[in-house]
Amino acid sequence: MAESRTRTYLGVPLYRPRVAFFEFSSCEGCQLQILNNESTLLDFLSLVEVVNFREAMTERSEDYEIAFVEGSITTEEEIKRLKKIRKNAKTLAAMGSCACFGGVNQLKNRFRNPASAKREVYGSHPVDSGPVRAVEDVVGVDLRIYGCPISKDEVEKIVLHIAIGKSIVVPKYPVCMECKRNENICLFEFGEPCLGPVTRAGCDSWCPSNRAGCWGCRGPAEDVNLRQMRKIMEENGFSEETIIDRLECFGGFLSLMKPERGRHG
Amino acid sequence: MIFRVFEKEELKQLFDILSDHNRVVAPVEAGRDGSGRPVYAFSDVREFNDIRLNHTVTKLPAKRYFLPFKEDLATFTIENDNWHKSIAYNIEQPFILFGLHPCDINALNKLDKVLLHSVYPMPYYAAKRKNMFIIGFDCIPQPYCFCRSMGADTALHGFDMFITDLGARYFVEILTDTAYNFLRHIRTEEPGEDDHILYMKVVAERNEKFTAHVDTTDLAKILDMEFQSDVWKYWGDRCLACGTCANVCPTCYCYGVEETVDIDLKGARKTKMLYSCNVMDFAEVAGGHNFRPERHTRLKYRYYHKHRGFVEAFEESLCVGCGRCGESCLADITVPEVIASVRGSGRNE
Ligand code: SF4
Ligand code: SF4
Ligand code: SF4
Ligand code: SF4
Repeated sequence: MAESRTRTYLGVPLYRPRVAFFEFSSCEGCQLQILNNESTLLDFLSLVEVVNFREAMTERSEDYEIAFVEGSITTEEEIKRLKKIRKNAKTLAAMGSCACFGGVNQLKNRFRNPASAKREVYGSHPVDSGPVRAVEDVVGVDLRIYGCPISKDEVEKIVLHIAIGKSIVVPKYPVCMECKRNENICLFEFGEPCLGPVTRAGCDSWCPSNRAGCWGCRGPAEDVNLRQMRKIMEENGFSEETIIDRLECFGGFLSLMKPERGRHG
Repeated sequence: MIFRVFEKEELKQLFDILSDHNRVVAPVEAGRDGSGRPVYAFSDVREFNDIRLNHTVTKLPAKRYFLPFKEDLATFTIENDNWHKSIAYNIEQPFILFGLHPCDINALNKLDKVLLHSVYPMPYYAAKRKNMFIIGFDCIPQPYCFCRSMGADTALHGFDMFITDLGARYFVEILTDTAYNFLRHIRTEEPGEDDHILYMKVVAERNEKFTAHVDTTDLAKILDMEFQSDVWKYWGDRCLACGTCANVCPTCYCYGVEETVDIDLKGARKTKMLYSCNVMDFAEVAGGHNFRPERHTRLKYRYYHKHRGFVEAFEESLCVGCGRCGESCLADITVPEVIASVRGSGRNE
């Protein structure tokens, strides 16, 4: 893996960064996504020097330039560890919905009485688990890789662009753009809810293309019209509860709908 | 123009002859919506029975067959720091569009003005357009169709043959040699006086069925005057900036180009993607400045391009009144209502 001979692209030497992967409170599915595609894995690994990747290797190093951080932050110990990573890394990338917005984990923040919820789940067993936070609520984030799980293509593209010095661009438009490109029949036609009109594209309309409404895992598109989205859901007969459950699921929309937090419990 | 009439069962024969050696694209039923109504789409067909000639309007136009949503303009192979570029116009064989409604034929005619007959024709479009054989088919106006207001309810050119259902028989207008030669393989006759009368009756009945209208009188001028009108803000507040209107529109042709490099660094490509002026990314330029960061200004520009800019350049609007954009817009933003509101008679008052 540690081949360090300088490669070039069109005569220009490639930048081969030392990268590290870290997981916090998450399912580690995002990291597995990266290992998933065997056909491109070797090419991917030749563009970077991986110095820390628990899912794939045992050696560790604290000397890295880019830290890919997966997971949300829930404990004091995690906060300390994250701050240390921030100090070591030149670039910190929040990877996946948990790191970007708290992800599914942040649903627990909805409970008004977390202590009783904890008792319900863990009984008297002591667990160190506080409110769920996105990475950027604890340290500065330079790059966000959206999705639950992330799309491997997108990570590959980001790493490639770092290597060849091309700017990293993610869509600002919503999932509907990709859904139409994929020629899907709109789920609202079937009477099913979908957050495609307000969710940032980049997943190639993964869910609608498989006839499932979008749950907003990639968070809001830019200049999103949440008020109109909610009106449309309402007009299509979906209850307030259904709408809020969907919008709250991955945490991406919370900053746009703050006053409603904590109704549950 | 040559006219013929033929018995209905001859149409299958014509299809079989055409599809024997050619790729045929026609309207089919793509599914059923929540209320059990069919949803139509253009698709490759092999069996005549799969075609739905009585289809209302397809959700998406046939646009992707000549302006694909995504298309490689060039691909590059890279070896030892040298590169080689290849260009393909991405059409393997001629194809037949079987059952295009007048609005969609007129949409092609409008696109031709920009992409074929302008100073810089677009070869990717031209290659497909020149390899297309078009069989038009008459339609039943739907409540959202306002093609008549846009002068796009009948097609005068832009097709090879156009078929009208006279009830018992089909009436066909023939515009090209190719169409004439194909029709020699089936039994047709010279239409008689009765057929002419029947044709005119069918057309008159169809004209009665238009219920949606847009007043286009002086529209380009009015739009000029109402550039700062509050109505744009009203529609902008509803718009989701989702781009669906442009994606379902048979005449929207704006695009973006993206360059990507393969992960193995051995290849690269330049890809064209159809865009929508309603989405945030479209008005953004290098360096991050956005010329139209507000939704209402972007929505407005879509209308200005279609009903003002294009009119000034080509003396016709870039809208055929197919109603698709309004039908697909989840925020229920329709051309007749937007235009009416700009003219001062809309629902936002
Ligand atoms: S299914 Fe969802 S993403 Fe697709 S067009 Fe409809 S609302 Fe948009
Ligand atoms: S469609 Fe929505 S929920 Fe599904 S992967 Fe894309 S952004 Fe996530
Ligand atoms: S389809 Fe409707 S909501 Fe979407 S961009 Fe067009 S006008 Fe706006
Ligand atoms: S603007 Fe709307 S009505 Fe006009 S051609 Fe496009 S989709 Fe059809």
